[in-house]
Amino acid sequence: MILDKIHTEKMFLYYSEKVALKDISIKIPEKRVTAFIGPSGCGKSTFLRSLNRMNDLIDGVKIEGKVMIDNINIYDKNIDVVNLRKKVGMVFQKSNPFAKSIYENIAYGPKINGINDKKQLEEIVETALKNAAIWDEVKDRLGDSALGLSGGQQQRLCIARTLAVNPEIVLMDEPASALDPLSTSKIEELIVQLKEHYTIVIVTHNMQQAARISDNTAFFYLGELIEYDKTKTIFTNPSKKQTEDYITGRFG
Amino acid sequence: MINSIRKNIKGIAIEGITLISAIIIIVIVIVMLLVIFIGGKDHLTWEFLTSFPTEGMTKGGIFPALYGTALLVIIMSIAAVPFGTITAIYLTEYAKENSIIAKTIRFAVRTLAVIPSIIYGLFGLGFFIKFVGAHIDGAFFGGELRWGQPNLLWASLTMSLLTLPVVIVSVEEALKTVPQDLRAASLALGATKWQTIRKVVLPGSISGIMTGTILAVSRGAGEVAPILFTGAAYYLATLPGLSDQFMVLGYHIYVLTTQSANVDQTLPIQFGTTCVLLLLTFTLNMSAVILRYRIRKKKNR
Repeated sequence: MILDKIHTEKMFLYYSEKVALKDISIKIPEKRVTAFIGPSGCGKSTFLRSLNRMNDLIDGVKIEGKVMIDNINIYDKNIDVVNLRKKVGMVFQKSNPFAKSIYENIAYGPKINGINDKKQLEEIVETALKNAAIWDEVKDRLGDSALGLSGGQQQRLCIARTLAVNPEIVLMDEPASALDPLSTSKIEELIVQLKEHYTIVIVTHNMQQAARISDNTAFFYLGELIEYDKTKTIFTNPSKKQTEDYITGRFG
Repeated sequence: MINSIRKNIKGIAIEGITLISAIIIIVIVIVMLLVIFIGGKDHLTWEFLTSFPTEGMTKGGIFPALYGTALLVIIMSIAAVPFGTITAIYLTEYAKENSIIAKTIRFAVRTLAVIPSIIYGLFGLGFFIKFVGAHIDGAFFGGELRWGQPNLLWASLTMSLLTLPVVIVSVEEALKTVPQDLRAASLALGATKWQTIRKVVLPGSISGIMTGTILAVSRGAGEVAPILFTGAAYYLATLPGLSDQFMVLGYHIYVLTTQSANVDQTLPIQFGTTCVLLLLTFTLNMSAVILRYRIRKKKNR
């Protein structure tokens, strides 16, 4: 049986009085890839960012309803946001490595979590880079600046950096939208591998990408969750007309 | 026909006047630098920099003034740079952009920057010497005059107030060049806000903090007014400690030109001292400009 890692109930999100997300109820299964699709401004990225409370950084954002991870409401008063973000990692649209060496980029997360043992750090770095399928490309130059890597490599480095903190969930906000087709296919391959250990939630503009890599797909439109089902069903036999119009390219 | 000639003449005249004004400025700068350099070049020797004034300050070097200037800017930086950096961190990282407190701080910083430097001197005299110093003497030394008089410490602290706005503005500018994406990346890895500032934001803006420091030092090295009442001395035969008055380059020039027994005899030393002070501030400013240029280039990348 597949457990629900994340579920929301009647969740609303307001940008200073303006409703950005309306009545979102969704169940996201553990160790699966769940894709959010929809036209720009539909709220899919906003929703993704509310799953690790990155929206907290924006003034005037208010959330109502339940956002449960492992059956705990992450917006409860006694939730430690720092611990939440260790458990729910995030990969951003634009790769954003620190201006540090490749090694230091990966070791950053473990270090702030108090791991200082050199041997242990080296192991974590190697494992994270291997899991992000970039170890072979960088193993001989771990001391070089991460900014010298190509765009695709930087993004896989950022994925490795996220994995190094040992999260249970990895949120990805259009992780391949700025990359060339070859780098994109590498990232996609990687995502499919990662679901063996991690629950992946990915926002994407690219419907073929959602169809290729995800198990479930949610279609958002104007701040509402229009349809959510097995990816196969969404792309071959959607039950809502809006979904069908979007995936057949009639709007968006 | 006549009209258009008149217009032409008018145009040429205006262009000529603007060009002449520009040339006048360049000439003034060149003449000034040349006069000072030619007058002072013979004194740009190691001996001049490292020996004490002799024979009623008509001969000898400027070592105590150089030493005093160095101590002044070092103590000033120790006070102004951390304080200014922390304020800048508050403004960029913690305060909400348009909150009343942030606006108030920005207003205060702008006001500090335009206060005439002599007012700082008077403030230093009234606050550090007559208030803080006098109370220290009253509380710890039974009223004996130790800290309630002009000295290096109070002069340096007064100078640090003067240079604080320079530090705050430079550091703020540098902190803003660190991309928001990097802060988000750090927070998303479970770093606290302070860890993010310490390990990502500050290392990314270290050159801006350096720029602010150098500009502050350069300003502090050249100013005289703030230390006039708070610690600058006419002549000292020994090197100063924290609670002593001290000699300083800018004030030394003033002393040599106006207070000396024989002004004509001190003329070569005046030129030499001016030359040293000018070179010092010029070098500092140039390095700040270069650093700032590098930061801007990084920002635009």
